[in-house]
Amino acid sequence: MPEIGNTGIERLRRVFRATRADGRAALMPYLTAGYPDLSQLPALLEALWAGGADAVELGVPFSDPLADGPALQGAATAALAAGFALDPFWAVLESALAQYPLPVVLLTYVNPVLAFGARRFVERAAAVGVAGLIVPDLPWAEAGGLRRLSRAQGIALVPMATPNSPAEHLARIRSGEGFVYGVSVTGVTGARAALPADVLGFAARLQEASALPVAIGFGISTPEQAAHVAQVADGVIVGSALVAALMKSPDRAAAVAECLVRDLHAGLNAVPRIRHERSTT
Amino acid sequence: MGAGAGAPAALEPGEAIAQRGHGRFGSFGGQFVPETLMPALDELERAYRAARADGAFRRELARLLAQYVGRPTPITPARRLSEAVGASVYLKREDLCHTGAHKINNTVGQLLLARRMGKQRVIAETGAGQHGVATATAAALLGLRAEIYMGEEDVARQALNVYRMRMLGAQVHTVTSGSRTLKDATNEAIRDWVTNVRDTYYAIGSVVGPHPYPVMVRNFQAVIGREARRQMQALEGAPTHVVACVGGGSNAMGIFHAFRGDPVELVGVEAAGEGLDTPRHAASLSGGTPGVLHGAYSYLLQDRDGQIRLAHSVSAGLDYPGVGPEHAHLAATGRARYEAVTDDDALAAFYELSRLEGIIPAFESAHAVAWVWSRRGQWPAGARILINLSGRGDKDVDQAAAREAPTAGGGAHA
Repeated sequence: MPEIGNTGIERLRRVFRATRADGRAALMPYLTAGYPDLSQLPALLEALWAGGADAVELGVPFSDPLADGPALQGAATAALAAGFALDPFWAVLESALAQYPLPVVLLTYVNPVLAFGARRFVERAAAVGVAGLIVPDLPWAEAGGLRRLSRAQGIALVPMATPNSPAEHLARIRSGEGFVYGVSVTGVTGARAALPADVLGFAARLQEASALPVAIGFGISTPEQAAHVAQVADGVIVGSALVAALMKSPDRAAAVAECLVRDLHAGLNAVPRIRHERSTT
Repeated sequence: MGAGAGAPAALEPGEAIAQRGHGRFGSFGGQFVPETLMPALDELERAYRAARADGAFRRELARLLAQYVGRPTPITPARRLSEAVGASVYLKREDLCHTGAHKINNTVGQLLLARRMGKQRVIAETGAGQHGVATATAAALLGLRAEIYMGEEDVARQALNVYRMRMLGAQVHTVTSGSRTLKDATNEAIRDWVTNVRDTYYAIGSVVGPHPYPVMVRNFQAVIGREARRQMQALEGAPTHVVACVGGGSNAMGIFHAFRGDPVELVGVEAAGEGLDTPRHAASLSGGTPGVLHGAYSYLLQDRDGQIRLAHSVSAGLDYPGVGPEHAHLAATGRARYEAVTDDDALAAFYELSRLEGIIPAFESAHAVAWVWSRRGQWPAGARILINLSGRGDKDVDQAAAREAPTAGGGAHA
């Protein structure tokens, strides 16, 4: 267990407290670990840090990522083909996080967690400095065991909510940690020409229902889309667009990532926030 | 807290996965899907319960099974095969169902439910194409729109079934991701459902997937066992063994279910491919470990990092790296036992049954026959073996011809 005051849950809390004090949304770009290859992970994290990321969502490649669209599937397939394995990943991540203190939230499907041993997985994640976990195929109704294990290590198991989530689900995730991951669309990850018209209303509804910060992801690819969502959301997650850019120029991955994150960051800084009264604080 | 570097890579599912819960068979099953699908699964479960309790729905299903599918299917006492193996063998003739396999029992049921739920669009995954054809058939019958996901590799291997689906009015989507087989077709169907969940019904083809699918598909297939149990009583008495092949496991659950309370040995036969001691097999229970695939906690083929391994079987319908959660439970409790049969032995049984009984079985069903055949001469006196002959082999004739046929005359019947 990390020292008191510096658990993953507390580091995530500080991120959103700081960005809220700045009057902006937190920028949370997504990377697929092991793409283009594992040795580039430290340089990529440094690039995101330099570009202005507030936290990073780091995808653990899985052979059957059923919540992902073509870009993230492609990156995961390439990473696995290049020999991605958890043991070297932990070692590289640990040394990278020692240099760049970005809160990292791992996105992993449930089977790799079970295969590694759930308790061992969260202990290892906490030990290398991971702040939270997102498990897209572990719905809240099935998540009790992993939540307990994560909380014991000070790690947030991040609840997800979607446009079709019923009120009972939103009520149940009030007791979650970290932030609420608001999935902007019913669908898989990936760029879309246009965000749903009611995405701001969706973000506000999630904020209304929960005391946690609300980060919106899925389908946000341009600085304009990020800025639009950032009028209301506490965090903006950009995944497929960044990964697709890396796939176009894998030999200049870090430079491309920094440039893209910088553009997104500038967009978030420029946008005026629409204030919402929160039912809880 | 230590990094745990030296800890054994033991499976600890019990800590993260509840031992009991909604939609479980013991600790197996559950609902491991994106949050987006949870309201859809709730809606499906409610609709299914209401339909089951509705006499009009049950009568409509029974009428279609009788007038369209061709039920009840007969039981054929396999006289010459019985003589060859040294026990009485009976075949439950699901190969005589419309479309040539048991798959249609499930699709007629599920698509009636889809229509009742007001869903106009139905999607399905398919491997060899049998479930795709059965879905396209039921969609044509009931006036629904069907879209079928099929891996690029299977589209090439099973061109005939692709034509059949298109002829029946279905749209076939070729899946090019991952291994380009059934596993990835299933991923793609789930992605479609996540995206179009409001107006789309997902018709899963086996007793796999998140709750309520394993229960629902088993119940739609349970007509096989209900008929067979009654027919066996009328014929020569209850069987001592019920044998069925297991990929996802729907024909096996379909025939096992009615016999679960009887003093009958239930035997599921998995595909050992090129052998359980090689990586090229599809035997999730005999050669796999517990984990989550396609929404359920069950047994599956995976590496030590939890990446899903490719399955292999000569039979496309068994070529799947997972198995239904109720089978995992039956294996854990010992109520059923699971054996595995290699490609070569299944092929040999394919020919034996053809020549001894004039019945060309599907490669899948040939696995069940092969296991019975493998114990010829060793059956205890009075053994009465009921084999679920889940499908006919017309679809496999090309592939059989492409492989070298074993010389006729081998085996105990010569």
